[in-house]
Amino acid sequence: MTGLAATGAPFTVGTPALNFGIFAFFVVVTLVIAVSAAGRNRSTTDYYAGGRAFTGWQNGIAIGGDYLSAASFLGIAGIIAIYGYDGFLYSIGFLVGWLLVLMLISEPFRNTGRYTMADVLDLRLKAPRVRAAAAASTLTVSLFYLLAQMAGAGALVSLLLGVRGSVGQDLVVAVVGILMIFYVLVGGMKGTTWVQIVKATILAAGAAVTTVWVLSRAGFSLPALLQHAAASSPAGNRVLGPGLEYGVNTTTKLDFISLALALVLGTAGLPHVLMRLYTVPNAREARRSVVWTIWLVGLFYLCTLLLGFGAMWLVGGKRILAAPGGGDSAVPLLADKLGGTLLFGIVAAVAFATILAVVAGLTITASASFAHDVYAGLARHGEAEPADEIRVARITAVVIGIVAVIGGIYAKGIDVAFLVGLAFAIAASANLPSILYSLFWPRFNERGALWSIYGGLITAVGLIIFSPVISGASSSLITDRHIDFAFFPLNNPGIVAIPVAFFLGWLGTVTDRRPADSARFARMQVRALTGVGAERR
Amino acid sequence: MSLFQPSRGNASSTTASYQSPPWGESPPWSASTAAAPQPSRTSAIGYEAVRASRDFWTIQRRYGSFVRPVCTLFIIWYFLFVIVAVFAPGFMRISVFGDVNVGLCFGVLQFVSTFAIAVSYRRWARHRLDPLSDRLRHRLEGGQRQ
Repeated sequence: MTGLAATGAPFTVGTPALNFGIFAFFVVVTLVIAVSAAGRNRSTTDYYAGGRAFTGWQNGIAIGGDYLSAASFLGIAGIIAIYGYDGFLYSIGFLVGWLLVLMLISEPFRNTGRYTMADVLDLRLKAPRVRAAAAASTLTVSLFYLLAQMAGAGALVSLLLGVRGSVGQDLVVAVVGILMIFYVLVGGMKGTTWVQIVKATILAAGAAVTTVWVLSRAGFSLPALLQHAAASSPAGNRVLGPGLEYGVNTTTKLDFISLALALVLGTAGLPHVLMRLYTVPNAREARRSVVWTIWLVGLFYLCTLLLGFGAMWLVGGKRILAAPGGGDSAVPLLADKLGGTLLFGIVAAVAFATILAVVAGLTITASASFAHDVYAGLARHGEAEPADEIRVARITAVVIGIVAVIGGIYAKGIDVAFLVGLAFAIAASANLPSILYSLFWPRFNERGALWSIYGGLITAVGLIIFSPVISGASSSLITDRHIDFAFFPLNNPGIVAIPVAFFLGWLGTVTDRRPADSARFARMQVRALTGVGAERR
Repeated sequence: MSLFQPSRGNASSTTASYQSPPWGESPPWSASTAAAPQPSRTSAIGYEAVRASRDFWTIQRRYGSFVRPVCTLFIIWYFLFVIVAVFAPGFMRISVFGDVNVGLCFGVLQFVSTFAIAVSYRRWARHRLDPLSDRLRHRLEGGQRQ
């Protein structure tokens, strides 16, 4: 970092030029890592699963890197800086959900799957239609999550580089898209994983340093920090308790419960997290990685709590809301207040690297699902040449990159943490029921899987379309207030869509008269719990 | 070993349905390197017999005896927190010391419990589950090699 400071110093402090320099530095470093770690990516196992050669802690940190998106770093701290305690509720939901991944998903998944979520369902049900459904929901969730990240990228960079016009922001979103396509094409899973590891390490270190810095301003006293924060907020002491954002009326309260449900159940259905479980040699390492992830993610969220209150105190909610990017700018502004423009630039570049790495992780997941499930599994009936499959995956990555750029341009200006909450709701309703049923319910069958995946997907996406997110409110995507088709009052569909998906999975299963395939369930269970026949390197 | 003797005959009859891997006709190890298992080793296991065996039953019961109560408890614990935060914000504002209130402590306790569960599950699985599943796996894979 000192070398960086030396090269950065000649620039006028506080200009976008310095920020741009730091950005470029991070981008070059991550590109070099991606290229040098990539290896040859000749087999599908190399390209999709990094040769299954990562150790537990490496993969644990990489999962953390995939998971700690801009929504976590900027979004949660921003919500805390403006609404206080309510932002803390987000981070708890984001963390607690990992216990489900650890205890119910990680080992069985590693033992029974190959590259994608659909592999696990297919082992259990052997039905091409289920594979197609799982691929459809994987692609939908990944695209939604991508959209959130791209929207965040536009807002962030407008803040940092002083890009004010919408053309400039669109350009930034396009550059993010091009970079991410490059990471994925060149690096494959191996290169992308190393980018995640480096990014997660820098992110955690940056958050820890800034947190200690904030604490030192408050004399290393938590009560003092809270007191200062509350004193500088217009809401006073109310920011230290829940309810400022969600406690307005019954609808907002229900909305919060809906979000809480989506967060805790969504993590276990996120395709880019699930796919990471395949990059380790065996189930034990998969378990170990998730424990590492829990430590990393948990300690990081504790930091964001202090960063959020620190920003409330030192920057002030009014200034944060006035800045381009709104709440998402709280942490960069705090860094500016503490360490001047250099720290501002570094924190901002870390956030930018975060967005890049997360979009790369999502892109590789979506492209793997398309190439492995749709192309190789369905179109070629499992007989595709590895080289062809990888070629399809690469083409898909490019297409997804373009779609994400276009979507990101339309979605900019929407709160990042909020969009991610929606992606979690879709993941929890479309993916989780069928995963849990196929692992643990002997009777589960094809019809149940199709009903729960498509039912959950359609319910979740449908409710979002008819919610205030899209129309009828001041914060809606459709700004024309005369267009109002929001008959579903909640912003987050989780509280309805998740139970509906579980119910449909049950209903579809019990209405199918064909007897349950106990042989397949036996194989699933034996393989899941013992690791017999698990994919090796 | 003897536990699986009755399954052998059974296994041959079910082999056909197990032989083709779920993603189609190409075997799952086709893209991987030499370390992959041979077809005969994994395809001929009588999974239903294994599942009915006492060893597997022990693994399953042990796994369930940890995971079921712990998952139930942490989900209840989490939603207790959410419900209290939403419907009893006044309770969360009660001061514990200075500006540190019940809500903050409750929230931090969620972190602590998550860390504690993660660490204890890992330790528990390593000592109580892994030896059993390793033994069964070795036997199943070794038993097919003959």
